[in-house]
Amino acid sequence: MASSQPVKPPLAGQPAQAQRGSQAGLKYPSSGKTIYNRPLNRSRTQELSQASFAYLFGEMVSYAQKRVTGIQDLEKRLNVQGHPIGLKLLDLLLYREPPRAQTRPLNIIALLQFITTALWRHLFSRPADALEKSSNPETPDEYMISDNEPLVNQYISVPKEMNQLNCAAFVAGIVEGVCDGAGFPARVTAHSVGKGEEGELWPGKTVFLVKFQPEVVEREAYLGKS
Amino acid sequence: MSSFYILQTSFPTADKPQLCGLVYQRDFTEGLNKLSVNDYLVLAGTFHGVHAITTRLNPLHPPNEPPSGIEVLETEHFRLQCFQTLTGTKFLLFTEPFQLNTDKIVARIYELYADYVMKNPFYSLEMPIRSEGWERRLVREMRVLNSR
Repeated sequence: MASSQPVKPPLAGQPAQAQRGSQAGLKYPSSGKTIYNRPLNRSRTQELSQASFAYLFGEMVSYAQKRVTGIQDLEKRLNVQGHPIGLKLLDLLLYREPPRAQTRPLNIIALLQFITTALWRHLFSRPADALEKSSNPETPDEYMISDNEPLVNQYISVPKEMNQLNCAAFVAGIVEGVCDGAGFPARVTAHSVGKGEEGELWPGKTVFLVKFQPEVVEREAYLGKS
Repeated sequence: MSSFYILQTSFPTADKPQLCGLVYQRDFTEGLNKLSVNDYLVLAGTFHGVHAITTRLNPLHPPNEPPSGIEVLETEHFRLQCFQTLTGTKFLLFTEPFQLNTDKIVARIYELYADYVMKNPFYSLEMPIRSEGWERRLVREMRVLNSR
């Protein structure tokens, strides 16, 4: 579908029958300019319909649910769906930063701040609700990004027998893609924490646990000394 | 007093006629008379039949406008508001006879249903609705109404 060759619009005089068979349902603008011909900054402030995203994401979850062996497997699949988006968004969002700030994040904090502000704003039109470092001294490689009400989960109610599942694993995949693309390989997982006292206010609260690979932490310590 | 039902109709196929099933029922007031689960299902099926008959009753109906069937049913003790979506799903709301704006309430519930039931990937059609997000929003919506 996303071929690099320019797509010719169907000519007006031609019999439409043959055309319709080959590309039913796909519409091309009459000027022949597709989304790939536009400047990258053009759609910067444009927004999408949340309803159409909700339907698309619902189908993505249903698709991922086919032939899975368990909840972990399902989350893994959602994560894999998000990963390439993160890789590409890193490039796009850095390109869109003002020229002076257009440098790649070089340490963990700068990267995470880029994720919680620029990436979150781009995806959800607001920054993430919190960014914390793990207080456990045994896991200095873990960081937590919390979102009180993940947009992807707004219309999703997970059935009781699957209560381990959090569909924001897709967003975790995007974050993982950004980390990997920036040269900070990490594992990112989504966890629901909207239970108990806090659950009254934010029942869908989700924490994205970012666990960097040991070599990243090692490099960070080495860079910090010099 | 209010009690609320959703009837969902299945899509008729060659080997199966159109069926109607109760997918959701909830009372929003304490102390209403309860029926057995089976009775609810029977009543839902009966209402579906009656509704289908009423769509064909009016001989003067303009031919280009689809007939709507029962919309409101009033008795001494309750008022029934029925709203049918384009796909044949029916929303029934039983209230006290003097309750105002029941059509607006049902339209609002339809909005919640379209969002929190139909956009939920874990809901399959013609199955009872068991969805936490929907339940939470519906109860909140009705609590606002009942406290007025």
